[in-house]
Amino acid sequence: MNRHYSLIISGLLFGLMSAPAAASDPDIQQLRQELELLKQSYEERINALEARLAQMTQERKVSATAVSPPVARDPGARALRQGQNAFNPGIAVILNGKYNDYGRDPNDYALPGFQLGGEAGLSSEGLTAEESEITINGNIDDRFYGSLTLGLHQDEDETEVELEEAYIEATGLAGGTGLKAGRFFSEIGYLNRQHTHTWDFADEPLAYRAFLGKQYTDDGVQARWLAPTDTFVEIGGELLRGTGFPASGADNEGKGAYSIFARTGGDVGTSHSWRVGLSGLWADARERGSSGDEHGHGGGGVEPSVFDGDSDLWIADFVWKWAPDGNPTERNFKFQTEYFDRREDGTVAVDDGAEISGYSGEQRGWYAQGVYQFRPRWRIGARYDRLSSTNRGNDPEVLAEAGLLSTHDPSRASAMLDYSRSEFSRLRFQYNQDKSRPGEADDQLSMQYIMSFGAHGGHQF
Amino acid sequence: MQRFVYLILLLFAVTPAAGANLRIFTCEPEWAALATELAGENTNIFSATTGLQNPHKVTARPSLIAKMRRADLVICTGADLEAGWLPLLRRKANNPKVLPGQPGYLEAADHVPMREIPSRVDRAEGDVHPHGNPHIHTDPRNIRRVAQVVSERLATLDPANATQYRQRLADFNGRWDAALRQWESVAANLRGMPIVTQHKSWIYLIEWLGLERIAVLEAKPGLPPSAAHLSQVAAKLERRPARVILRAAYQDRRASDWLADRTGLAVAALPYTVGGNERATDLFGLFDETLRVLNQHANPEGG
Repeated sequence: MNRHYSLIISGLLFGLMSAPAAASDPDIQQLRQELELLKQSYEERINALEARLAQMTQERKVSATAVSPPVARDPGARALRQGQNAFNPGIAVILNGKYNDYGRDPNDYALPGFQLGGEAGLSSEGLTAEESEITINGNIDDRFYGSLTLGLHQDEDETEVELEEAYIEATGLAGGTGLKAGRFFSEIGYLNRQHTHTWDFADEPLAYRAFLGKQYTDDGVQARWLAPTDTFVEIGGELLRGTGFPASGADNEGKGAYSIFARTGGDVGTSHSWRVGLSGLWADARERGSSGDEHGHGGGGVEPSVFDGDSDLWIADFVWKWAPDGNPTERNFKFQTEYFDRREDGTVAVDDGAEISGYSGEQRGWYAQGVYQFRPRWRIGARYDRLSSTNRGNDPEVLAEAGLLSTHDPSRASAMLDYSRSEFSRLRFQYNQDKSRPGEADDQLSMQYIMSFGAHGGHQF
Repeated sequence: MQRFVYLILLLFAVTPAAGANLRIFTCEPEWAALATELAGENTNIFSATTGLQNPHKVTARPSLIAKMRRADLVICTGADLEAGWLPLLRRKANNPKVLPGQPGYLEAADHVPMREIPSRVDRAEGDVHPHGNPHIHTDPRNIRRVAQVVSERLATLDPANATQYRQRLADFNGRWDAALRQWESVAANLRGMPIVTQHKSWIYLIEWLGLERIAVLEAKPGLPPSAAHLSQVAAKLERRPARVILRAAYQDRRASDWLADRTGLAVAALPYTVGGNERATDLFGLFDETLRVLNQHANPEGG
């Protein structure tokens, strides 16, 4: 309908333009006025018709709840008159709250043999809104995709906004290549790439706490290549700024870390699927402080320390999922395990640099977990964590003060039960018997809710 | 490190690319079956789900990423049926040929009249689909509509065989129309039959055959039926009896069995899609089988 009017108007315009050049100025003036009037009256009528149309559509929709008339979903036919809003990106909000109860003093928390960095440490005791997250994403054009994730959390008495991820992806590359740039969670390991709200336990595995400061995120570029094979084979690498733990200080002129990763996976029958991965991270650390001195977690008996040197990490990961006939709705099982091996070489300083020692660290850690959905909405899970270290230095006293010399191997056993009303809400209970520190085990109890609304998140493997 | 690179290279050496012309990735088995009818032998067709899987709930498995990486044409239902995994697959598969807007990407729901378009989109109402009910293939007339588009896409992507694709479409349409006439005559006595369904997966079948849906076991789509709602349904059925409870082969049988126990109604497990039972081996078999099962329950005496 609309189109007819514009056709008429443009036809008139065209006729006007091609009018004999001999027409005098007053003639043209008069014609312009007439045209203006014509345009106005048509615009009014078009508006009136549109209003009627909108009203009718509304009425039809209301009656549609009973028996809806078939409506063709031709994209052209349902162009929405939303102006700028028609291009709204997907917005997803994650709300996450917890109640934590600890048997031992959480301010005293430490992982003997490891320097706690990044976000590593126990979550606040008692009731806490923990962390809320907002993700905004969408296609930028036919060649680029963009995503922004902001984390909001309380630190002391201030609400902190943290730029968790802000990246672009090139989507139009041929040959199975993918490029990403910006700030993102590194693809190393299995869990690192996934946002914490998709994790199956309320807290991170001890290995993630010890080796990656909970989760390794950094600025940089990433290239991925998918092999043209029926078996999933993917290799890739990242060049990173080197600010996130275990890197620090954006060394090497702001290119302080790089990583490689390779993984393969597939299905066995229709009920089983698996993935195996191997990744490496080489990081330069310039004045890497332990989180104890900055955030107040960690501490007790351990001096704040500063590390300078190289940190080289290998991670092997394996995931296996089972769902009867490939249909996870009723029952499913997921097993995952990751093994970490790290070498650090450099110096460790305590007491504001007054005491310094050469340091060479050899650290290992692993976890294994299984989560079983035994009926719709309900899952149970178990997890076991273990870490060990062999650290050496020319001044053992300095290492001991920094908490890097230990005969105690931290370990933890966890049990979890969660309930998901829908795929957008989850309530979780978790118990940890935490032997991170020497001495008696710490009984830790967590209750958690994780809810999301807005754009539908993806079902990641 | 070096050894690892060699290992990867070796892997390619032993996995040679197959010689098929077109690689077609479909999200659901009904589109794989349709592609088989229309594309012929020169193609490699893969379905991401089987007839026993709930197409809402799939995860973006590594095997699916690998398959989409090499696809020339992706055929999915769309209308957000695959909202939980298809966008993720597209982003992980690094294949620009099968991105929306390309001839290699086809959403069937764009090409059929949609039903049950909600007037209010709110997750409090359950797993609602803003673009309408996505289970479009349960009406065979929709299959015919989508066939037209699939055939056109095949010709666009593989112009050398365009004539062959057109012939195949004409042949398929001929057989389909004949089958349709036969199904509709077989189904004449099903008109007005009162039924109960488990999930809102059957609206297109219901509209096609003129069945009457008395109740749905899922109070809200996608959420498991609650005991309270089931009792309400049972009470409702006492006032207004139905003939049979319809359930898709991939759905949990507990709720429908409970109601069947309570009300004495029969439960019919319809194949829902190709591969949903052992007789529904292709699209023709799917509707033959659907009507056979429905007809078993057409007469109150059990027929």
